[in-house]
Amino acid sequence: MSRKKGIKFDFWTVVTIVIVLVFAVFLVYPLFSLFFSGFKDPATGEFTLANFAKFFSKKYYYRTLGHSFLVTTCTTVLAVLIGAPLAYLTTAFKVKGKGLIDVLVIISMLSPPFIGAYSWIVLGGRSGVITKFFASVFGIETPSIYGFGGILLVLTLKLYPYIYLYTTGALKKVDASLSEAAESLGCNAVRKVGTIVLPLITPTILAGSLIVFMNALADFGTPMLIGEGYTVMPVLIYNEFISEMGGQANFAAALAVIMVFITAVMFLGQKYVVNKKSFTMSSLRPIQAKKVKGVPNVLMHIFIYFVVFLAIIPQITVIYTSFKATNGAIFVDGYSLDSYRSIFRSLGTAIRNTYVFGLIAIAIVIVVSMFIAYITIRRKSWVSNLIDSMTMFPYIIPGSVLGITLLLAFNKKPLLLSGTAFIIIIAFVVRRLPYTLRSSAAILYQLSPSMEEAAISLGDSPLKTFFKVTAVMMMPGVMSGAILSWITIINELSASVILYTGGTRTMSVSIYTEVIRASYGTAAALSSILTLTTVVSLLIFFKVSGKKEVSL
Amino acid sequence: MSVAINVENVVKKYDDVTIIPDMSVGIRNGEFFTLLGPSGCGKTTLLRMIAGFNSIEGGEIKFDGKVINNISAHKRNIGMVFQNYAIFPHLTVRQNVEYGLKLRKTQKAEMKKKVDEILQVVKITDYQDRLPERLSGGQQQRVALARAIVIHPNVLLMDEPLSNLDAKLRVEMRSAIRDVQKQVGITTVYVTHDQEEALAISDRIAVMKEGIIQQIGAPESIYTRPYNIFVSTFIGHSNSFYGVAERKSGKDYVIFDNGYRVAMNNFAEECKDGQRVIISVRPEEFCLSDEGLEAVVKNRTFLGKYVNYDMSFMAGNTLETEIEFSQDVGQAQKIMQPQERVKLKPNAQKINIFTEDGERSLIKDVKRYE
Repeated sequence: MSRKKGIKFDFWTVVTIVIVLVFAVFLVYPLFSLFFSGFKDPATGEFTLANFAKFFSKKYYYRTLGHSFLVTTCTTVLAVLIGAPLAYLTTAFKVKGKGLIDVLVIISMLSPPFIGAYSWIVLGGRSGVITKFFASVFGIETPSIYGFGGILLVLTLKLYPYIYLYTTGALKKVDASLSEAAESLGCNAVRKVGTIVLPLITPTILAGSLIVFMNALADFGTPMLIGEGYTVMPVLIYNEFISEMGGQANFAAALAVIMVFITAVMFLGQKYVVNKKSFTMSSLRPIQAKKVKGVPNVLMHIFIYFVVFLAIIPQITVIYTSFKATNGAIFVDGYSLDSYRSIFRSLGTAIRNTYVFGLIAIAIVIVVSMFIAYITIRRKSWVSNLIDSMTMFPYIIPGSVLGITLLLAFNKKPLLLSGTAFIIIIAFVVRRLPYTLRSSAAILYQLSPSMEEAAISLGDSPLKTFFKVTAVMMMPGVMSGAILSWITIINELSASVILYTGGTRTMSVSIYTEVIRASYGTAAALSSILTLTTVVSLLIFFKVSGKKEVSL
Repeated sequence: MSVAINVENVVKKYDDVTIIPDMSVGIRNGEFFTLLGPSGCGKTTLLRMIAGFNSIEGGEIKFDGKVINNISAHKRNIGMVFQNYAIFPHLTVRQNVEYGLKLRKTQKAEMKKKVDEILQVVKITDYQDRLPERLSGGQQQRVALARAIVIHPNVLLMDEPLSNLDAKLRVEMRSAIRDVQKQVGITTVYVTHDQEEALAISDRIAVMKEGIIQQIGAPESIYTRPYNIFVSTFIGHSNSFYGVAERKSGKDYVIFDNGYRVAMNNFAEECKDGQRVIISVRPEEFCLSDEGLEAVVKNRTFLGKYVNYDMSFMAGNTLETEIEFSQDVGQAQKIMQPQERVKLKPNAQKINIFTEDGERSLIKDVKRYE
C-alpha cells in the first residue's frame, strides 16, 4: 500500500472527492455567498460597505455588540469560577453522591438551551412563583430576572458544566506524584494548588472557556426569552433577518459576518495560546480523593449541592409544571395530563420530526465522521488537510448564522431547499459533526495501523478491512462522541428556528414558539419529553459504554 | 542536615489488610540504604511512610531521635525522587530545581548559586531552560535528583528511580546517583526490586518479603552469607539440595542425599549431628572435578564472560529438578556439550547450610541484622 502524497484512485479517493464536494456545496459556498451578500447593496446589488457603516453608526445596533461581549465575558468568568473549583473539590476530596452529581451536571448541560430561561421566568419572572412569594409574604420586591442579570444567571448555570467536565478530565491526567513532589519539597496544600495544580490545568480551562464563550456568544434562545430590552447579536441578527426577509437580508448578513469574524479571532487566538502553553501529561496513578472532616467538609458539600441544585432547577420546574392543570394557556390549581394530550393532538408532527430528522442526521454524522477521521489520519495529503480545516468551520459559525447562511444559499433554483426537511438535517449535521468527528479521530490515533495491515496481509481488501476491522474497533470512541451529537441535535434551536416551516418544525422549535405564545403548559410538556429523551439516551450510553462520564 | 532514621515497631494497615505487621530498622546518618524485595513486599509502603504520604498505624519513625509520625510531609524536609520522576511539566528545568528553594524563601543570589552548582553536579546545565517534555528519560531523572537534593533535605528518598530507563542508561545513572549521594553525603533510602542494582549501589541492603525484613547487611554479606533460603534464592541464583549434617568427633561434614560428602569447618553451634538441612550452592561455586555430584548437561547458554549450563542431577533430591552451573570462560579448560556427563565439586568455603524449613542459616556467625 503506498502512502505517498497524491491521489490513487480507489474507494477512499471517491470518498474524499464526495466529502470535498459536499463540504463545498453545503458549507463553503453558503458561507461565501453570505460573506458577499454582507457587502452587497440591497437595491443595486453592487459592492458596498454601507451595511457595516449602518451597524457602527447607530447606537441601537452597535451597543448590541457591547451587550454580547459583556454578557459573554461575564458568563465565561463566572463559569470558570464555579466549574473549576467544583471539579477540583470533587476530584481531590471524597464527596457524597459523586456519581449522581456528575449525571445531574451532564443533564443540566445537555438540556435544551432555552428551558433555563423559560423556567427562571416561571420562577422569578413578573408573575413568577418566587416573586409572588416574596411580594406577598415579606412585601419585598425581588430583583428583576429580565435583562442582563437573567441572561447571565441562565447561561452560567447552563455552561459551567463544560468547565467542570473539562477540568475534571484534566485533573484525572495529573499524576499524584506531581502533587507529592511539591509536598516533599515543602509546599503546603494551598500553595500547591496555586503553583502546581492550577498551572497544569490552565490550558484545559482555557479550552473549556472558549467553548463556553462561543456557546454564550451564539446562544439565541436564552437572550430572546429573558433578555427583553437587552439585545445581543444573535437576537439582533434573527430580528433583522426575519423582519427584512422581504427586501434586504444583506444587513443581517453583514451582522453575521461581524459575528463570524469575532468567533474566528477568538478561536484562532485560543488555539495559539493553548499551543504555546501545552504540554502532555499522562498519569499512572491519578489523584486519590481524600476524606475531609468537620466544618470544611460541611461547607464543601453545601457549595457543591447548592450549585448542582441551582443548575438542575429548570428541569425540575419544567417537569413539575408539565403536570399542572391548565385552562387554555393559563395554569390553574390541580394536576392533569392536559398539556400532554394537547401536544399529542396538535404537535405530534414536531415530536416525530425531531426523532426522524435527528436519527437521519446522526446516521450521517457517524458515517461522515468515521470517513473523515480515516482520511485525515491514515491518508494524509493536501486534500485531507483541506478537509481537516473545513471541519473547523462549525466551531466558529453560530447556529443562527448557519441558519441564515443555508437559507440565503438555497432559496432559489437549482438548489431550492428552503422549507424542506433536508435543509434542517444539513444544519444538524454541520453543527453537531465536530463532537463525533473529534472522538473518532481520537480513537483512530490510538489504533495501530498494523491491525489493518494484518487484515490486508491475510487477504482482505482494504475496503473490507475498513468495515470489518477498523470501523469495528473505532466504534466505542465514535459512539462516545455520537451521544453528544445526538443529544445536541435533538435540542438544536438557533439554526432550526430560522429554517423551519409549518411541516418541518421540531420539538425545540415548538417549545420556543409555545413559550413566545405564553402557552407554558404545552411548552413544559414538550420540554419534559425532550429532557426524558436526553436522560434515557445518556443512561443507554452509560450502560453500553460502562462509564459514568461523557468525554467532551 | 542529614539525619539517622529509626523505624521502631512500625505497623501499616489498609483497612483490614496488614501490609507491615511490625518492623524495626535503623538507618545510619549518611548511608545509602536500600529496601529490596519482590513487588508487594511493602518496600514502597515503608518509603512513603518515611516521606509522610502514608499514614502510620502503629510504632514510631524518628529522625535523629525525634518522632515525626505527626509531622505532615511538606514539613519533614525530605527530598524525594519518584518512579516517574514527577517533573513539573509546566516549568523549565531550572524552575523545577528552584521550586523547593523558592518555598524556603532563599535569597535570589544564593538560589542562583545553589542551582548552578547542583545543575553542574548532575550535569544538566545545558538543558536548564528547556521544558521537561523535551528531555530524555535519563535527563529527566537528573532533574528529579537535582530538585530533590538542592533543598539540602534531611533524607533523600528514591522510589524505583531507574525502573523506567533502558538497561545501559540504568547502569550509567546508577553510578551517577551513587556519586552524587557520596558527594553531598546525605542519608538515602532507596527502593528497588532489582537485586543487581541493589548490590551495586548500596552501603546496606534490607531484603523484604511480605512486610517483614528478612535480612539486613552489606551487599557482599547478603550475597555470600544469606540468612535464609528466601534471601539466598532472591539475591542471585542458588542451587538447593537436601542433605544431612554430620558432626562426629570434631569432624564436620555435610552429606548430600546421593551420598556425596563435603568436609566443613564453619557450622554454627546449634547445628546437630544428623540434622536434615538444605544445602545451597551458587552456580559459580562449582568446579569440574573427578569427584563430586554427578550431572548431565541439558542445555547451555554462552554469555561471553561465562557459560551457563542447565544440568540435571543424576540421583538424590534437589529442591528444583534442574540446577545451574556457571563456568568462567577465562578459566575453563573446555566448554561442555549437551548430554555430556560431568562431576561438579562445590567449594566448601562457599557452601551455605539452612535448617530443613529454610528459615535459618546454620553457618557460624551469619547475622540476620547487621
